[in-house]
This record gives sequence, C-alpha cells and structure tokens, in this order.
Amino acid sequence: MKTVNITINNIPLEVPKSTTILQAAKMINIEIPTLCHMKLEDFCIENKPAGCRICMVDVKGRRNLVPSCVTECTEGMVIETSNPRIINARRTVLELILSDHPFECLICPKNGKCDLQSLAQELGVREIRYTGEQSTYRMDTSQAIIRNPEKCIMCRRCELMCNTVQTCGVLSAVNRGFMSVVAPAFEQNLDHSPCTFCGQCVAVCPTAALTEVDQTGKLIQALADPDKVVVVQTAPAVRVTLGEEFGLKPGTIVTGKMVTALKRLGFNYVFDTDFAADLTIMEEGTELLNRLTKYLNGDKSVKLPILTSCCPAWVNFFEKNFPDLLDIPSSAKSPQQMFGAVAKNYFAKQLNIPREKLVVVSVMPCVAKKYEAQREEFRVNNDPDVNISITTRELATLIKQTVQDFNSLPESDFDRPLGESTGAAAIFGTTGGVIEAAVRTAYELYTKKPLPKIEFEELRGMEWIRKATVDFDGLKLNIGIAHGLGNARKLLEEIQAGKSEFHAIEIMACPGGCIGGGGQPQHHGKSEIIKARQKAIYEEDRRLPLRKSHENPYIIKLYEEYLGHPMSELSHELLHTKYFQKQPEIIIEND
Amino acid sequence: MGTYKYHILVCGGTGCKSSQSAQIVQNLNEEIKANNLENFVKVVTTGCFGFCERGPIVKVLPDNSFYNYVKPEDAKEIINEHIIKGRRVERLLFRDPVTNKPVTDSKHINFYQKQLRIVLRNCGVIDPENIEEYIARDGYLALYKCLNELKPNEVIDIIKRSGLRGRGGAGFPTGVKWEIAAASPGPEKYVVCNADEGDPGAFMDRSVLEGDPHSVLEAMAICGYAIGAPHGLIYIRAEYPMAIKRLKIAIKQAEEYGLLGKNIFGSDFSFDIELRYGAGAFVCGEETALIHSMEGNRGEPTVKPPYPAVSGYKGKPTNVNNVETFANISPIILRGPEWFASIGTEKSKGTKVFALAGKINNVGLIEVPMGITLREIIYEIGGGIKNGKKFKAVQTGGPSGGCLTEKHLDTPIEYETLVAAGSMMGSGGMIVMDEDDCMVSVAKFYLDFTVEESCGKCAPCRIGNKRLSEILDKITKGNGTMEDIELLKNLCMVIKDTALCGLGQTSPNPVQSTLENFWDEYVEHIVDKKCRANKCKDLIHYYIDPENCTGCMACARKCPVNAIVGERKQVHVINQDLCTKCGTCLETCKFNAVYII
Repeated sequence: MKTVNITINNIPLEVPKSTTILQAAKMINIEIPTLCHMKLEDFCIENKPAGCRICMVDVKGRRNLVPSCVTECTEGMVIETSNPRIINARRTVLELILSDHPFECLICPKNGKCDLQSLAQELGVREIRYTGEQSTYRMDTSQAIIRNPEKCIMCRRCELMCNTVQTCGVLSAVNRGFMSVVAPAFEQNLDHSPCTFCGQCVAVCPTAALTEVDQTGKLIQALADPDKVVVVQTAPAVRVTLGEEFGLKPGTIVTGKMVTALKRLGFNYVFDTDFAADLTIMEEGTELLNRLTKYLNGDKSVKLPILTSCCPAWVNFFEKNFPDLLDIPSSAKSPQQMFGAVAKNYFAKQLNIPREKLVVVSVMPCVAKKYEAQREEFRVNNDPDVNISITTRELATLIKQTVQDFNSLPESDFDRPLGESTGAAAIFGTTGGVIEAAVRTAYELYTKKPLPKIEFEELRGMEWIRKATVDFDGLKLNIGIAHGLGNARKLLEEIQAGKSEFHAIEIMACPGGCIGGGGQPQHHGKSEIIKARQKAIYEEDRRLPLRKSHENPYIIKLYEEYLGHPMSELSHELLHTKYFQKQPEIIIEND
Repeated sequence: MGTYKYHILVCGGTGCKSSQSAQIVQNLNEEIKANNLENFVKVVTTGCFGFCERGPIVKVLPDNSFYNYVKPEDAKEIINEHIIKGRRVERLLFRDPVTNKPVTDSKHINFYQKQLRIVLRNCGVIDPENIEEYIARDGYLALYKCLNELKPNEVIDIIKRSGLRGRGGAGFPTGVKWEIAAASPGPEKYVVCNADEGDPGAFMDRSVLEGDPHSVLEAMAICGYAIGAPHGLIYIRAEYPMAIKRLKIAIKQAEEYGLLGKNIFGSDFSFDIELRYGAGAFVCGEETALIHSMEGNRGEPTVKPPYPAVSGYKGKPTNVNNVETFANISPIILRGPEWFASIGTEKSKGTKVFALAGKINNVGLIEVPMGITLREIIYEIGGGIKNGKKFKAVQTGGPSGGCLTEKHLDTPIEYETLVAAGSMMGSGGMIVMDEDDCMVSVAKFYLDFTVEESCGKCAPCRIGNKRLSEILDKITKGNGTMEDIELLKNLCMVIKDTALCGLGQTSPNPVQSTLENFWDEYVEHIVDKKCRANKCKDLIHYYIDPENCTGCMACARKCPVNAIVGERKQVHVINQDLCTKCGTCLETCKFNAVYII
C-alpha cells in the first residue's frame, strides 16, 4: 500500500494514501470535533458533505482552513488541529449554527442526546454573539415521524440514509441560502411522499429535526385508566438495546429487568412479541413449503421467491415502489400484528372482556411500526389490533420516570400464555434471523427429520446482500438476504427481470435489521454498537431451552385450542393480510 | 462584404432588441425596397456593439457613422438622407458627453478608442446567425490548423505559452487546466462551457454568445481535440433565450458544414455539442456546482479535490472554461501565443471584457488590454462621472468583489493587483459610484445578493452572510455600535476562512473593502447617526427652509402620505412622524426650500 508522510501537531506520521486528516488524527488519538460527519464503518456508509465546517484544520501553505473530514493527506502535509485561528473559526461557526436554532433545549425531545448541544458544551460556547432572524418552517407530523425543520442543521445525514442507503429519495435539500432545509419535494408532508417510515433518518439525525411521533403520553393515560386492561408486547431487538439508554454497554441483554420495569409501569400483562414471531414462522414457514411443493410439482401459477413480510417499512417500500410484485411477499402479518390479532381475539376471549377494553401496546425498535399499527386492514370496527406502538427510546423515557435504578432491578419472566417463546423468535431482531428461524422449522416440517445442526452460520453476517444454499435433505433451497432498502431494491429488480435465483428472500429495511432500527437508542455513527447488538441476539438464542418455533408449547396449544393448523381458515382471517398499491400524492399548497 | 455599396449594421443584442431594433431592421428593409436599393444596401443584424446605454445602435459602413438612440421611424430618414443623398443624419449621431459635439466616425468615439477587441472581435460586425460571415472572418481556420498541423499536446503548449488565464474569475492558467484534463485517463471526457453568467449587471458572456456564437463552438472543439474529449456541453442560463436560440442555430449550421460532428475536416476527430440549461442560480457558476446541476442534482458545490479535470461530469474528466476564455482561443491559435502574450502585463495576458455601469457617462461593454488603469477606463472610455459629480468608488469583480477608491485609480488591472487591493477580477462587473452612494448601503446591497444566492450547504455562508447583512442593516438604521464593527470584522474573517466554495470565500469582500476604505462612513453611521450620502432613510430628515418656501403648495400636493402641512402662501412644514422620506418634495420644490439633515 502506498503511504504518505505527514505531520499533525508536530507529530510525524505515516498514513496510507487517501487517508483523510480526520482519520489520520484519530490514529494518534487526536480528536477533531465534527458535526455533520458520520461514518458507519461496517456498512461502508459515510456522510461527509463538509457542510458544517466544524472540523476545520490548518494546513500549512493553504490560504483557508480545510475540512478534515474530506481532505486527504498528501506527502509532506503539515497540519495543525488546534490553534487560535481554528478555535475562533469553530466557535464562530458554531455560534452561527446556534443562532439559527430554536432555543428550547429544556423541552426538546433530544435534550441530553443532541449532538449540537454536546458540541456547544465541548467548545465552551457561553454566548451567541451573532443573533438575528431564525428561519421558520412548518412542522410536519406524519403517522410515524415528526419533522421539525427549524431544528435542521443541514448535516444531510438523513439525506444520505434516505437516498443512498434506502433509495427512497424522500428527503433532500430544498430552497436556497438562509432558507435551505432538508425536506420532501415541494415541502410536502411525509404522509404524501414515498416515505416508508423506516426511520433511518430519525436514527441519524443529530438534533430533533427528525423524531418519532411520541406516544408515551397516550400510553400513560391508558395505563391510568381503570376501565382498561393494558397488555404489552416487546420486540426481540428491544431487550438487547434498552440497556444502552441506562449506560450499560452495547450488547447487554436486559430481558428480565425490562419485564420487571414494564410490570412496575403498571401493565396488566407483560407479553412477548417473540411469541408472535414463533407464530409467524408457523404461518410463513408453512406458506413457503406450500408454495415450494406446488412449484416443484409444476404448478406455474405459484410464484417464487417468497419474500418475508415482517418488516413494515419494507412492506411500505414494495407497496410504493413495486406494485407489480404485490403477490410475491408472504401474506403473513408481521409479529406485531399477529400478536395484536391473537390478543384482541383469543386472549380477550380468555379474559372474557370485549376487545375494545383491551389496550394492546407494543415496544418496538422501529418507527414504521407506529404506522403499521394504524393501517386500516388491522382494525375491527375501528378498533386497532395494536393500539399504541412505542420505540425502545420511548420506553426508556417512561422507565426513567418510574424506576429509580433500572440496572439493579430484579429479573422477571414474561406472563403466560403470550409470553413464551423460542430462540428462533429471538433472532428475528437481526438481519438473517427471520429466514434462519423459518429454515429451522421448515426443514423439520419438510424432511420430518430433526435438524442436524441448529445454527445456520451461512445465513449470518452483516454484508448487505447475502446468498446461501440450504440442503433440505436433497432439496437445495436458495436463500437470499438483504438489509437496507437499496439492497432490497436490487433483489426486487432481479425478480422483475426474471433473473432471481432464489426460492426465499428475507428483507429488513434497516441496516443490521431491527437491531439498527429507527426506534433504537442512537448509535451516533458507531457501527460497532450494531455489531454488539447482533452478538447479543445470537447469545439470547443460545440461552433459551427451546430454539425452534414449532416446539413452542404455547404455540402448539394455540393451534390445538383455537386456530386449528397453520394456514387454516381462521389463521387466514387473523394472521394473514393483503398488500395494496400506494402512490405518493402530490399536493401543492399555495402559501 | 459583397458588392453592396453600403452595409447598415443594426444591433440585435438583447438590449437593443428590447428597444425595437428588429422593427428598425424591418423598416429599413421596407425603405430599401421602396427605393429599389436592394442591390445597393444590405442590412445586417449583428451582435452587441457594447454601447448598450445608447441603443438601439445603427452603424453605417463604410463610413462608420454611428447612430444612437435610433427609433423605428428614423429608418426612412437614414435611407433617404444618408444612403440616397449621402448626408449623415446629424441628430442621430453619437455626441461626445463632454464637448456635446457629434462624432462622425465611430473610430473617434472615446468609448471605443482605448478598447482592444479580441474576444468581441466579431460582435457588432457579423451576423451571428450566418456561419458564412464567421467563416469569412477566418472562422474555423484555427480548428482546421489544430486538426491538420498540430498535435493535441502542441495545442496545449500554445495555450500555455500564451499565458491565457480563466476569465470566469479565479484566473487559473487555461493551458495548465487543459493539460491536467488531457493527462486524465479514459476515452470519455467532456468539455464544458460555463455560460452561467450570474453577476448582477454583467452581460459579457451573453454578448459573446449572442454576437459570435461560433467563436465559442470552435474553441470548444479545439479544447476537445487537445484534451481528447469527444463531447462538449454548454451550461447556459435559461434566462438567455436569444443566446440559446443563436447557439442552437450555430450548432446546427456547424454540423451541416461538417465543422462539428463526426470526422471534422476529414480527420479522426469527432466532437458534438449539447446545451444544458441552468435555472439561474448564481452558485452554479462554480464549476463543481455547475456539474452537479448538469447531472440533474441540486446545484451545490463539493470540495475540491477531486478537480473536475480528474472527476467531473458523470465522474469523467471534465474541462470547464468560461465563455470569454473560449472566445480567446482561436485568435491565439491563429496569431500565435507570442502575439497574445505581448498584450497585457507580466502575469495577466491579453484583454478583459468588463461590463461598465453605474454613475458613469458611457455605460456598456468594453474590452481592454490587461494592465490598463481604472482611471483610463473610468475617465477615458467611460467618459467620466455623470453630472460632474465626484468619483467615490468602483466596485469590481461582481457581488463578491471589493470597492476600490481614488487611491487605486492608477493601479494597473491584473488578477493579482486587484486581489491585493481587496477586490478581484471576477467575471468582469465594474460599477462606478459617486458621492451620492452610501458605502455601508452598497456593502449591504451586495451581501443581500449573496444571502439570496448562497446554496445553503455550508453553515458560514448560509448563516454567516445573513448575519453580516443583518449587522449592516442595523448600522444603516442608526442602531449600530462600535462593537458591531468588531463582530463584522471577525465574521468576515471566519466566513472567508471556512466557507466551502468561492462564493462564500469571497462574499465578505464588499464588507471588508468598505470597512478598510470607508471606515469613516461606518463610524459616522454608528456614532453620529449620519449618512453623508443621504441614502439611509432612518438617518435623514427632510425639512423646509422657511426662508425659501413660497407656500406654493406643490410639495404638499405631491406628498404621497400628506405629511406636508401649510396654507397657500404660508411656510410649509413637514410632519416628521408621517414622512416616509421618499424625496418627492425635494424633487418637486422649485425654490430649493427642501433640504436634508
């Protein structure tokens, strides 16, 4: 590898060619403050528009200061990362950014977690000398995400996620000069845009310009209502990330403490979305086998590959972008909605209460789940199967209000019957997990033999698109896996072109799957956090005594007592859904 | 010029066209027909003569009679008197602003005397919609010479030796730019002509494109040959419809003549040119922003390197030059680099086109050799300050240039000297100001332009310029403090030091240069709450001098807000609470009774 010799703050250094000054400084533990820059190393995602002008450094011989995030080291470069000129420039620029930012830190949803706030603290800004007009924009409250453009600092991280990673093309810079801001085209509302509510914009926003629709208030009200029975389900990826909000290191599993905290919050029953994940595998696995068998028997009306359908942002994505492929995804509802349907029908009956009296709450790593819960087809007499969906972050906020010390809470178990689950459900939280869980069950149902090895290493990993062939006792099943909607798009375009080699494809909208979801504690550009969460997910799987969905005794019981068998008529009614073509509508409002 | 005895050249530039020059042409032709003079006189619609303020302009050859402010109804007189009877129409002749005497031959007009026209060689001379007229003036001969006699590296060497530097503003050596693009590997390369002229009041590029489009096409093809690029793109503002129309005609004609397209002059070299339209964003003149705009993306600059010569349009090596730069190429090839290098100064060779405007007698487009002084431009070509007022400053370099003063008048104009004086060459705007101009307001005017035109990508330009403008606004309203000046100074310094592209890095220039050269005016606004130019409304008051007021009531009747009270033949008084300081009373009063404090 070619290298160049440079000097940073009088320290000589040899770095590989095309290393940026920022990277080079990091190598010798020199911290350069940044704001717009964000790098997710393991996903090869880097945002460096060089727009904030905070990471400026002084390069000998250059007329102006240079942004260290994009300036590559060249032979003989002499760099200073702090001197009075730099410090004055950084502070002045930060004051400018702050001068066009609402001064409402105290009641801001990002208070204490805001990159801009931290930077102001770090650079010791105590007064803003440059004050003046602040730009004003309309708030946009969608069904899942709130845009508050007044807090946008034009870091363009959301734009990168929305366009480059997710290829949704919803968010981009609009207007000129002082009025420039990131927004959907024509400053439309997100609800009228091709937004999938994946929430990756929310996940990377340094300020509160993009946040989830907060439902904690509505939830507290429901909990306080003596006429309601409130049950909660928690998604597989929440238990491996919630601890981060309480200072625990990424990858700490807090399942037992979380259950205790939820009970203290006042939920009548604390259940597990993992139960519904096992149920999803029963339905989706059976659907896969049905389609596969028919296909192998020469039935040309059957379409393959089958696509997973657990991820609501992914469902939005194909409804909005691939209306010709609506018959390919599995018709199985997502675990959240399966849980809701079972709770409102089966469990309400067990409690002998009308479904309207039961409030189903979900804790999700996701903001798209908020939208999914509101979909028309998931309601009966206008009563939604899932009433309230909150994110991991919102749960943490609630726990902080209720529980003195989360980390020293005792551990509890989920309630029965909807709290029992297997390791197959646990791995739903990571990319590759859903398909691995499906393969575990489908293999045994198809071959009628026990699995020789339960862990399918070939389906695991973090590469954007993965391919593996699984041997079903002679039947070679081609499996595709993609995470990130841009990668999903590639696989869908292959299907459209008739070039897809797969029998089944798992797709998750967010990088890493639900562990990298838009509702998770912010990773602040540290992809090692997402990797640690993935490790924890597989650890949780290994920890559990049962690791195949069809072995879950409560699932077996549910079919025996209520549903009959997978893909039965009642299953179809409660656990399966349809997809609809959704066109973004352009509404031009006159100011 | 054929067998015609007379040629009547009528300016068909945007300015003159909007003053009915097309109707003049039609009327002239009708008169010629009525008098059966079709084989005797030819009317030619040309490009801009540069003397736009005097338009529409009609020039009669061979005697160089220069008629200004011509109206369509003057056609009859021009034909009857000048053509048929051989007598010049004296009332239409250009009059010297100083002597007020008519000038018979355009060669003696001071506006043209000090000019040297290389870039504008064909403007106002040929019909831009007729390729044969361009060819008759050695058009496409330079391209022929390159393809038949010179290797690409020899072409680059000629341009390098000529000393030509980019006319878009920054002054990067053109030959070096070509050399870098030529050295970039790959068969897919692009030649881009930057015709996104956006400085307020500047129309150098437009005039070239409207008056001599082939000069740009030919130069782009030469550049394509030199750097190995088969494709050319012209990025032009959609607000230049006439330039677009003439470029389209020119491209079509060049293709028909085999001067563009496949195997030009029977060589292996092929070159095509397409137009790309800009939506009128000033920042798209910055080459990376321009390229992003051509690609269909938001017109925002990106950090260099990578330079477009390495990775430009569609990620391919791209050479971007300005219209005026291209217009210099063919003469350099034909007349040699030594000839070009002999014009101008040591570091700045050749000529520069300026759009001369403001408080000056001769307003228009001029081309002068580098090294000429501001004094020569203002007092000789420009004919001095209007209405005998006192010169105060000249703003060069467009909105990001600086204001130069009396002490800079004898500085030779070069890229380096202008920067050293706190301004810049820019693309060639030159606005002259007199004692009636308030320099704080002038700085604010330019800032407001950059605030509007900033792309918003980087924080110092997006917010910093806005804050600069707000502080200046505060000062012009009489609310400024001396601390504000310190804030201004710091902010100017930081914006220049941290902004992403040339727009932000130069936008504080008007503030810095006025702070430097007109410090007293800032202090007067802040400390004395006075505007010496009486321009800042919040700092002035209109009064009626009881000594002079006759009570004629003229001002009271004209006052739009009824702020003037007083009976007939009684002294009038202005109600200061109502007065909007519009100045109507001052203009109306015939007895010098209204004055400003």
